[in-house]
Amino acid sequence: MTDNNSEQHAIDTSTIQKIARLARMDIQPEREQALCGELSTIISWVEQLGECDTADVEPLASVTGHSLPMRDDVVTAGNEPDVVLSNAPEEASHFFVVPKVIE
Amino acid sequence: MSDILSMTAVAARQALDNKTISAVELTEAYIKAADDTADNNAYVLRTSDKAMEMAKASDKRLAKGEAGLLEGIPVGVKDMFCTKGVETTASSAILKGFVPPYESTVTENLWQDGAVMLGKINCDEFAMGSANETSAFGAVTNPWTASEGPLQGKALTPGGSSGGSAAAMAARSTLLAPGTDTGGSIRQPAAFCGLVGMKPTYGRCSRRGIVAFASSLDQAGPITRDVADCALMMTSMSSYDSGDSTSIDAPLPDLMDAFATAKNKGIKGMRIGIPDEYTVDGMPDQIASLWDTGRKWLEDAGAVCVPVSLPHTQYALPAYYIIAPAEASSNLARYDGVRYGQRVDGASLDDMYAKTRGAGFGDEVKRRILIGTYVLSAGYYDAYYIKAQKVRRLIQNDFTNVFADVDALLTPSTPSAAFALGDESKDPLSMFLNDVFTVPANLAGIPAISVPAGLSSDGLPLGLQLIAPSLREDTLIKGAAILESAAGFDHVASGAAS
Repeated sequence: MTDNNSEQHAIDTSTIQKIARLARMDIQPEREQALCGELSTIISWVEQLGECDTADVEPLASVTGHSLPMRDDVVTAGNEPDVVLSNAPEEASHFFVVPKVIE
Repeated sequence: MSDILSMTAVAARQALDNKTISAVELTEAYIKAADDTADNNAYVLRTSDKAMEMAKASDKRLAKGEAGLLEGIPVGVKDMFCTKGVETTASSAILKGFVPPYESTVTENLWQDGAVMLGKINCDEFAMGSANETSAFGAVTNPWTASEGPLQGKALTPGGSSGGSAAAMAARSTLLAPGTDTGGSIRQPAAFCGLVGMKPTYGRCSRRGIVAFASSLDQAGPITRDVADCALMMTSMSSYDSGDSTSIDAPLPDLMDAFATAKNKGIKGMRIGIPDEYTVDGMPDQIASLWDTGRKWLEDAGAVCVPVSLPHTQYALPAYYIIAPAEASSNLARYDGVRYGQRVDGASLDDMYAKTRGAGFGDEVKRRILIGTYVLSAGYYDAYYIKAQKVRRLIQNDFTNVFADVDALLTPSTPSAAFALGDESKDPLSMFLNDVFTVPANLAGIPAISVPAGLSSDGLPLGLQLIAPSLREDTLIKGAAILESAAGFDHVASGAAS
């Protein structure tokens, strides 16, 4: 890989910020620089897959080769709001409580 | 006491049937062993009262002649398995306080068969790691220590991610340990701690109730002291489960029978492939020579060993490090501070999500979520994720091709013995290389087993791996039985309870 290419693929702080935003996950500002290096190293390492010829190869998503089993569309469990909410950080009247989402 | 702790699960089952020990005595011995070895940090939660209740119930069933397959056998459960009413955290701060209202299918199978729960066991956070150093509960120490050489006097890793499970097994603070294996997380720690570890065929053990890491790769399996215990425990863990859409509805071969057959009759005519590509740069001579010795052991028992080629092996690790983080970033989206786990309040819903996840996940998990998010993001999806899935098919094809000619493959389990805690945690790539021999079986969904085969020159366990075609755990058990007999590995960790 030429230097040009590695620069092109290096992950910078704005990319870190963008993917952290996509992942809804705060990254401490003092970690951003280190993450650029760590992720760039990993991403340029996985790019060796580029040398593997995959023309006419179907992507493999499931190793089992089985079709998904179907079942009848019937209620088999439920009506247990106390159980469902038992681990909720905040609940009220059998609902999960979240910060206000409508302005 | 030491006699009790030195029994395998099969031997303990027999002693329970013969009434030479009681389930209560056995459980008390393991509770004491866990007390005595608590310094290794293998347990994150002890459930000793529950264990004693379960042991008493086992004794009643034994007295009535209603004993199950694992009746009275103490089990320490990796914290990736949901246990009803018992805190389950995947060793992550974000799940602190999470008490599952249901039981995982695998652990339910163990309890149905009479096993006794000793507690929950440390692992890498969300099973992401190869040294058990990413746990929010801190690292686990391997009960094995180097008898000489540069590692002498240093605390060693038990491997990961099932590091606590392997350490507890080697310390004899549990008699059986269910693990999970996404890229080697059962086999590598088993190899580092002188134990047997099997990753079954994808779908053999239900994923229902196991904290998800990378769903197309995750598979539960046994970590045991010997091959007979592995056959026994696998028989209990495995089941068809309509609660897991990728569960296999095919009968498990009779693994205890496979073990007995190999012991009595050998493995005459079994064809074993030795893959050329598993010779890697920098692999210590003693691992290469142990591999060669393993080949001779199998030949002495009647097997025919032939060289084979798996030409895409070198691409397995990079493909894995796209696919696994991609699936992880998707699976871990559920930790949002709304339905369970920890929450950090924020000004808006998005802000609450970001603060919760920023505070709750450790560095390695964050790194993998970021990589997964990156390779799945617009403009990169085809170049990384689809490319990796194509390579995954080529790797599966490699195995399909060689299994047209051979019954199983023999490889080393790991490229090194256990290393010192802290040695590789700063360099993600060198940590990834631990899984170079184990990852391909996960990508192909095929079963593999690690068997303790000898000690390194500095006195640390080394393992050999057998890989078989889909659904042929019986072939693994047969080959493993031969390797085990020939190796005669009867060493005990210096940090084991006595």
